[in-house]
Amino acid sequence: MAEHAASETNRRDFLYIWTGALGAVAAGSAVIPLVSQMNPDASTIAAGAPIEVDLSQITQGQVVTLKWRGKPIFVRHRTPKEIAESKAVQVSSLPDPQSDEQRVGKFNGKPMEQWIVNIGICTHLGCVPIANSGEHHGWYCPCHGSHYDNAGRIRKGPAPRNLDLPPFAFDSESKVRIG
Amino acid sequence: MSDHSTYTPKTGIERWLDARLPIIRVMHDAGVSYPTPKNLNYLWTFGGILTFMLVVQIVTGVVLAMHYTAHTTLAFNSVEHIMRDVNYGWLIRYFHANGASMFFIAVYIHMFRGLYYGSYKAPREVLWILGVVIFLLMMATGFMGYVLPWGQMSFWGATVITNLFSAFPIVGEPIVTWLWGGYSVDNPTLNRFFSLHYLLPFMLAAVVFLHIWALHVVGQNNPDGVEVKNYAKDTVPFTPYATVKDAFGMVCFIVFFGYFVFFMPNYLGHPDNYIPANPMVTPAHIVPEWYYLPFYAILRSIPDKLTGVIAMFAAIAVLAFLPWLDTSRVRSLRYRPTARIFFWVFVVVCFLLGYCGSQATDKAVLTLGGKTILDIAGFGAILTGYYFIYFIIILPVLGLFEKTKAEPASIADAVLQRHQGAGASAGAAHAPDRH
Repeated sequence: MAEHAASETNRRDFLYIWTGALGAVAAGSAVIPLVSQMNPDASTIAAGAPIEVDLSQITQGQVVTLKWRGKPIFVRHRTPKEIAESKAVQVSSLPDPQSDEQRVGKFNGKPMEQWIVNIGICTHLGCVPIANSGEHHGWYCPCHGSHYDNAGRIRKGPAPRNLDLPPFAFDSESKVRIG
Repeated sequence: MSDHSTYTPKTGIERWLDARLPIIRVMHDAGVSYPTPKNLNYLWTFGGILTFMLVVQIVTGVVLAMHYTAHTTLAFNSVEHIMRDVNYGWLIRYFHANGASMFFIAVYIHMFRGLYYGSYKAPREVLWILGVVIFLLMMATGFMGYVLPWGQMSFWGATVITNLFSAFPIVGEPIVTWLWGGYSVDNPTLNRFFSLHYLLPFMLAAVVFLHIWALHVVGQNNPDGVEVKNYAKDTVPFTPYATVKDAFGMVCFIVFFGYFVFFMPNYLGHPDNYIPANPMVTPAHIVPEWYYLPFYAILRSIPDKLTGVIAMFAAIAVLAFLPWLDTSRVRSLRYRPTARIFFWVFVVVCFLLGYCGSQATDKAVLTLGGKTILDIAGFGAILTGYYFIYFIIILPVLGLFEKTKAEPASIADAVLQRHQGAGASAGAAHAPDRH
């Protein structure tokens, strides 16, 4: 070793660096399964398959709560008056501006505006809002006081967004698939 | 502290062990001959009380785990089974549930004591930061423990708290899904919370060990905040003086603890947690356990979700920076009359924040002619403001300008002065710096 100056790079340094680098890669790889196991497992994902809802059972003015992926899903059958109220709102005045059309689904290109399908979880901190209450007679979250209108749009309170929309599609006039 | 050990092994076995593993020597030096400032008051007994509480929680917790089932369909009933069927199950569970509250009462007293007497100042910064880590671990452990009975407050508390992470842009939602192990709080969540609730107290014990180690390196602070200068004059040995004083403090605390366990075991809990968890119905008013209320109030007093979440975490994180935020050279508030006023305002603010956290945000605090001019959210915002101003502005600035009282030359001087002062104070009521 005497012939090598201390500052000179030699075979030892190469080995140290490679050993250290490969050791870090190995340790990092071991973390992957340990972290990944906490994500939803195969059975949880399978149980999260789409559900079909028969809309003919829901009368006008009724709000039903269904369960999809452990979350409540609100399906609201709006009255013509409610639809008119929701459409009359000036979109730019909303905290999370979205028109009524953006909140409803379509069947064969025709907007199914009597149906509102929302994930029933307040976008503030995840509570379940109560239907037909609050200042806008849509939903009211009892936890921290968020008011939603009948299209599930946030109107007042701490929630940052409108109620989220689940992926959904109308299979017929009276059937909606959620998921 | 003195570096030399005063332990002398008396028997052959002790000498044999001492040469191989000097465990008795370490225990002797730490718990018998350890020099303790002679002016310590009863606020210094809370370290011992907290160690005792950790042991109580671990022992009762391990026993409860023998009867508890971590599954969404069985958890609630298994807790009722503990309450009704298991021999002394009700007692052990009430000790564990109330023990959590007692643990937090003791830790808050311990923390306020540290704040008042400047126990975070050099050379005790690491000791203090380890304390903040312990506090964080306690909060995580307490939160996960409260989820296990799987009542309505368990479920919705878990939902609200895990959703805090969704406030962060982009990474928020994946983090929440990862924490849940599903698309909502469900069986995988309950299972991992149980696993972690069992693990964290042992990590807590490890950090407590480091905390005590750091304490024994730098020595205890004391009510006068002056360092030990002369071991013979300023200190007394830990045993019997501190041991007996700690034991007495602990007995008083156990009486207090026992009163809750035997006479009002559900006083600190929430009745909604005796309703089984229902993911489809949110209770009308979600409140966390009392010990989180001040932080919950900070979260809610800020209208923006992300800022609220950051403020809540910052309220705890700011404590870790306290050794450098407080610029005063004087440790104890006994000799900082101005800082003392701000401190007591801070204590009141913490209690009021706790009150705000327990109330609905739109409840009126101040009304004028039937009109609300200040609601809980607004009041909470003012209190939150003071909380942060105290740490970030008052303590750094005050240390530079404050006119402090003269500190005693040594602990022995302080003690003697106080004793002579006590005898003479009846006649010296008009002494300039005495009240």
